[in-house]
Amino acid sequence: MNELLLLSPEIVITIVAFAVLTLDIIWKGDQRSAKILPWVAFGGVVVALLATLNVWPASSSEFGIATDSAGLIPIMAVDKMALFFKVMALLTVALVGLSAVEYIEKNSPFRGEFYALTLFAGLSLMFLSSATNLVMIYLSLEFLSITSYILTGYLRRDNRSIEAALKYFLYGALASGVMLYGFSLLYGATGSVDLATIAVNLGSANVFLVVASVTLILAGFGFKIAAVPFHQWSPDAYQGAPTPITAFLSVGSKAAGFAVLIRVLVVALPAYSFNWTVILSMVAILTMTVGNLTALWQKDMKRMLAYSSIAQAGYMLIGLAAFTSQSSDNWSNGVQGVLLFLFAYLFTNLGVFAVVIVLENKLGTTNIADYAGLIRRSPFLSIALVIFFLSLIGIPPTGGFMGKLLVFGAAIDQKLYVLAGIGILNSVISVYYYFGVVRQVFFAQESDETPIQPGFVMNAVITVTMVMTLILALYGQPFIQFATDSADILAATF
Amino acid sequence: MLEQVPVSHYLLLSAILFSIGAGGVLIRRNVIIVLMCIEMMMNAVNLTFITFSRYLDSATGQIFVFMIMAVAAVEVAVGLALLVELNRHKQSVNIDDFNALKG
Repeated sequence: MNELLLLSPEIVITIVAFAVLTLDIIWKGDQRSAKILPWVAFGGVVVALLATLNVWPASSSEFGIATDSAGLIPIMAVDKMALFFKVMALLTVALVGLSAVEYIEKNSPFRGEFYALTLFAGLSLMFLSSATNLVMIYLSLEFLSITSYILTGYLRRDNRSIEAALKYFLYGALASGVMLYGFSLLYGATGSVDLATIAVNLGSANVFLVVASVTLILAGFGFKIAAVPFHQWSPDAYQGAPTPITAFLSVGSKAAGFAVLIRVLVVALPAYSFNWTVILSMVAILTMTVGNLTALWQKDMKRMLAYSSIAQAGYMLIGLAAFTSQSSDNWSNGVQGVLLFLFAYLFTNLGVFAVVIVLENKLGTTNIADYAGLIRRSPFLSIALVIFFLSLIGIPPTGGFMGKLLVFGAAIDQKLYVLAGIGILNSVISVYYYFGVVRQVFFAQESDETPIQPGFVMNAVITVTMVMTLILALYGQPFIQFATDSADILAATF
Repeated sequence: MLEQVPVSHYLLLSAILFSIGAGGVLIRRNVIIVLMCIEMMMNAVNLTFITFSRYLDSATGQIFVFMIMAVAAVEVAVGLALLVELNRHKQSVNIDDFNALKG
């Protein structure tokens, strides 16, 4: 029974998701499905969040499926890092679900399914963050991908949404094929699909096969976190998807990509850790630079945020590169930085998207030019937008600053001065496009002067994300501790 | 008899199949053919898993293949559904006609 308790967050989410789906069928065409189901889903997420915190002290066990010959093959680990990412997944689902209420009611006749699918997507993130076995990683990654394709194409009547989904699907299927080929070669080289066993057998494995397979696997994960050169899907998918789903993709699936990337690199490939610094640094530099430079001339807010989130993934990769180059005594620094960065990024980016959703609901557009004079129409939204942008740039007193401080600090600690330098340079470049929006909001002349009033739910979402973004910097110690604990357990296990 | 065909031949065959599939995904413009090429990549992976499974005498690879076949079926179902829906808007299955999003 104890093991079931460790899985209680997943069980709760599964039950609630099916309950939402069933209620949607029972209440078909009824107003209740639009009004009540979001709150059913939200309640489920809150319960799951409490269950996750309840599991926290007991964590660090492994689950397995029984096999006839070898006893137990571990497929999932409930360690502190997995729980950290589960908390992130649940927070993402809660905030995305709440900010979608008005948007979905306005744009789609199918409402209940949306919340069920969002819950399933959250469930896949939770599985992905605990997976310790290539089979489980593949299954949860596909679970996430397939729900994401459906959610991206959710606005069936809008051909941009469907087109975005199809492009996302084609790139995604290609990436998962490439990743699978990597898995099969890794299995052949080491004779196992369990990450810990792979690490043990790696020493005696064929080096050529291992290098080839790891390159292919990194391509698959690079797709999930939208790292250059596997990023082409993300601007199209982000622009065409329903805006709450864009928020989900930019935060949830990126976080999950990092969860699995960290686990595979740290657990399965420690002998090669040192060598991957160069590859990860190159990818980080490319990702930051391409993301930031392309963002400079975007006219559409969602597309600009897509490139901005590509750049953010580049900063996070710096932390990972700094980690892999470290010797085993104080290496948790880089990963701890990535975790804190992701945590700050979650609130910041979901906050930005909440503002974008409010404006899209009221103005019917996501063009940056239409944000002109927003400060006179809604001071609250404008101030929130400025705070979120400060955090994305990494200016104190915001969470984004703390994340960047730890990530760049880890890189400098590891004498990766060039990498840190390019990261800082990129942060400076990013000021230009973020403040291009701020300039529109504050100084451009508006054509329409009617005030914009976000509803109660959106106000709550924006306030919570804004307060969290500030708290992470002003009262960050508990969160840094949280991230450090989560990274530490990884060190203790392996 | 299997012993007479070395493992490397199977691996080479699957590598060739995989390359043809990946090349097709990148080159072909018809989405249905692209979907077929993706299937081909998956089957190349399956062949690799089976080969290693036989070579290493471990059943894990075969279990993995069952998972891949199931997931590939689901994936294609979703992909075809998206294509049917998009075909209603655009009356085309050519990837170059899907150009509402760019920049």
